[in-house]
Amino acid sequence: MPALRDGEPAPADGLLPPSAVAGAAERQFSLYVHVPFCSVRCGYCDFNTYTALELGQDVSQEAYHRDAEQEIRFADSVLRATGAPRRALSTVFFGGGTPTRLAAADLVSVLTTARETFGITTTAEVTTEANPDSVTLEDLQTLSDGGFTRVSFGMQSAVPHVLETLDRTHDPRNVGPVVQWAKQAGLSVSVDLIYGTPGESVADWEQSLQEAISYEPEHISAYSLIVEDGTKMAAAMRRGEIPMIDPDDQAEKYERADALLGQAGYQWYEISNWSRAAQGRTAAQNRSAHNLAYWHNQDWWGIGPGAHSHVGGVRWWNRKHPVPYTNAVRDGISPAAGRESLDAGTQLFERIMLETRTVDGLPISVLQESERHEVAGLVAEGLIEGRAAIAGQVVLTLKGRLLGDAVVRRLVPQLS
Amino acid sequence: MSPQAVVPPVPASTDPSLLRSFCIIAHIDHGKSTLADRMLQATGVVTPREMKAQYLDRMDIERERGITIKSQAVRMPWGMGGTDYALNMIDTPGHVDFTYEVSRSLAACEGALLLVDAAQGIEAQTLANLYLAMENDLTIIPVLNKIDLPAAQPEKYAEELGNLIGEDPDRVLRVSGKTGEGVEALLDRIVEEIPAPVGNAGEASRAMIFDSVFDTYRGVVTYVRVVDGDLKPRERIKMMSTGAEHELLEIGVISPEPKPTKGLGVGEVGYLITGVKDVRQSRVGDTVTAAHKGATEELGGYEDPKPMVFSGLFPIDGSDYPALRDALEKLQLNDAALVWEPETSAALGFGFRCGFLGLLHLEITRERLEREFDLALISTAPSVSYDVTLEDGTETVVTNPSEFPEGKIKEIREPMVSATVLAPSEFVGAIMELCQSKRGQLGGMDYLSEDRVELRYRLPLAEIVLDFFDQLKSRTKGYASLDWKAEGQEAADLVKVDLLLQGERVDAFSAITHKDKAYSYGVMMAGKLKDLIPRQQFEVPIQAAIGSRIIARENIRAMRKDVLSKCYGGDISRKRKLLEKQKEGKKRMKMVGRVEVPQEAFVAALSSDSSGEKKK
Repeated sequence: MPALRDGEPAPADGLLPPSAVAGAAERQFSLYVHVPFCSVRCGYCDFNTYTALELGQDVSQEAYHRDAEQEIRFADSVLRATGAPRRALSTVFFGGGTPTRLAAADLVSVLTTARETFGITTTAEVTTEANPDSVTLEDLQTLSDGGFTRVSFGMQSAVPHVLETLDRTHDPRNVGPVVQWAKQAGLSVSVDLIYGTPGESVADWEQSLQEAISYEPEHISAYSLIVEDGTKMAAAMRRGEIPMIDPDDQAEKYERADALLGQAGYQWYEISNWSRAAQGRTAAQNRSAHNLAYWHNQDWWGIGPGAHSHVGGVRWWNRKHPVPYTNAVRDGISPAAGRESLDAGTQLFERIMLETRTVDGLPISVLQESERHEVAGLVAEGLIEGRAAIAGQVVLTLKGRLLGDAVVRRLVPQLS
Repeated sequence: MSPQAVVPPVPASTDPSLLRSFCIIAHIDHGKSTLADRMLQATGVVTPREMKAQYLDRMDIERERGITIKSQAVRMPWGMGGTDYALNMIDTPGHVDFTYEVSRSLAACEGALLLVDAAQGIEAQTLANLYLAMENDLTIIPVLNKIDLPAAQPEKYAEELGNLIGEDPDRVLRVSGKTGEGVEALLDRIVEEIPAPVGNAGEASRAMIFDSVFDTYRGVVTYVRVVDGDLKPRERIKMMSTGAEHELLEIGVISPEPKPTKGLGVGEVGYLITGVKDVRQSRVGDTVTAAHKGATEELGGYEDPKPMVFSGLFPIDGSDYPALRDALEKLQLNDAALVWEPETSAALGFGFRCGFLGLLHLEITRERLEREFDLALISTAPSVSYDVTLEDGTETVVTNPSEFPEGKIKEIREPMVSATVLAPSEFVGAIMELCQSKRGQLGGMDYLSEDRVELRYRLPLAEIVLDFFDQLKSRTKGYASLDWKAEGQEAADLVKVDLLLQGERVDAFSAITHKDKAYSYGVMMAGKLKDLIPRQQFEVPIQAAIGSRIIARENIRAMRKDVLSKCYGGDISRKRKLLEKQKEGKKRMKMVGRVEVPQEAFVAALSSDSSGEKKK
């Protein structure tokens, strides 16, 4: 994603204002670990990721876990120095990039350092993203043994020509087996899908959904393809080599996804996420606790190049490139590139923006007087649930989920 | 030996036989201002060090566009044959919108320099002003400028000028405003050939106002040419058209800065300051006389300025309405031709219906409002003034399409112009085709030279004010030039076309067009709006209609998806900023019924350039 250019400079010592840790004991604390390595860069991808094994100055995929562990210790010292109470981790999430480009033992090593540094709750959710082609049963077992509880596979599509357009190299036939291995290893499983790829028909999309459902994961995420500026795909689109994204097509596919997933027992709980009851756990228990922490404005520390963090209304983001990032971490100074302290109005803005995405919704009581009168209109237009509104919550309808940004714009306060 | 005057004649006591008053007739970029600068230097009025390029064009816009909007008069001493003369150079506006001001400037002179670019030849505008000068019996001195240019063809154009005014081509002067070559010879020619003014010093004073400008510090500065008698400081004067009396606080000449004098005598040109604050109290063409024992008969030729083109000006930010009113009032101090009244548009809010002399006047006014007063404006498509007679005999004047009467119409009369187009003969076909498509009637055609043609057309003004000039230029590779003047009215089969969004009429887009063009206007606007208005949460039909009859339709499909599917930790700040920006953007949306229309859509839909269509 593009770097945020504005924001204040972050101090070298990383210290947070006292306001950031006020009331911290009431909030969950999570850890995100970014692994900025991939075997190839997909055409649509604008994530902060690198395909070279060596980036120079001793920065490499091989050595990366030690630098991540170094930042974990740095995080702990900053929080202590700022006066934060000690909080055991509620969730940990390894994302990328492709975290499974690291040896399973290295991932476990980072998790172990995190556990030893902060502690971890007994019910903590520990997830890693994985490429279906680059994990073995042994890897999955190592992760499970090392404390991981959940794995999220980037399946994207079951249709070869769609995967090809996305530059995905994995063999779609490998997804079923790896899901079974993960289950065998005792891991909870999520599968990621992408819809609206140029050239994908509605039938192609339904096929992908059916196959994902057939693997019986506890959790499925379905994202519309977003073509960001600066990606290979955006350039190909500009040249007319592949057709433009059609938002109507994406809307139709979202509706198909919600219908098919619903029939298969999956319940939506966030715009792009569905879970089902399985393995003795309810559908709600199989939601991604880590992602819910984002939408409920909990505290989290993002480890790694370009990773974002949020603690008590202060957001910051690390240097994007692994080399300057690593240099900062090894020098014991903050790798942050910039940060922003959110005022009360902005925090409310974000709360509205994030909580309306979820099935639990947003309490109407937090809206300002001037925006509260919009609620009746939104119910009338079929964008939010009437029953929930009467009970005091803003909860999007299916139509409202597709027009979620329009709803948010009507509910957020006008910032001065 | 310097030909500069040794003892310059003193204002108020200069014998009229030593005076020469002249103006320069030239097309926009033929170098009039540069030549004027050279003359200021050659006569010693301005030292080279003081020289600001194009000294006489004061306003920024004038300097940038290289055109003169408001004229001024400079007194320059010039010695010849042992006698010192005083030359009055009256700088005239160079554009079709300001024909009346030109005519008054000409009336203040005995001679005119016909200045033509030696690389381009004469243009239609110059031709029109030349006719005007000849009508005023001015002595014409033909001058080819820019002879230093490699592309100059002095022989060819001297021939053309000579033929035009019945003069031996060898008598056409050749100068370069850039290098100064030929400028002294030109000054000598002015003294030799232009007649001295004739007036009666003993009679009641009469002076003609040929320009009137507002100065922030001095109030209105009025430029006059004394015809009879004289004017003195502290004297009470009377404006003969209104009868208003003022005290002459200051009187003087410009040389090139204002210099107070003991008065102005017969034939002299200078300025008056009376302390009035509004140029409408000191109108171009009016006669100034003494309040006590003044003249009883006005000098001829005064006309009220008559607006020809109308457009609604609306502030993009509605809260700028009072600022726009203030700004218009300030501009009016300096522009007697600018008229306006408040207008309310359902789509654009509060604004002003403004009347202009022509399109350039409109553009300059708008640009000054935006630049000097920092206002962001939307202007509606330019319209003209229609006389409408209803079946029941009621007559109304319609300058705004939204005021077009609903009842049964017996007749609509529209303003006509007589237009002159000059162009290389190879473009005759293209020009005729264009004029035909604009409902023009060919009045005549003459060859100025072997390869240059003058075409005369009678055209509806409404067709000229839209994009006629742009189209003329593009069809003739920029070679054609155009001049027009108002010439009566004609009945025509005109209708009003409305644009409707979800059944709601958008008044800003209504237009009065010829019946044969209503359909294409409707289709064009409906298509434009379809591209410019973003999709809404519901379907938005766009219709073009004459009365209740729909002539074109388009449909903006409902937006089905407006949500970011991924919003995790690293997306939050960026996503929030995007939503903030979108929320902020909504403030600038205008509501037409339930439809949100961005300001940019109004601006783009109303902009006359057709680039929006080309992009498709």
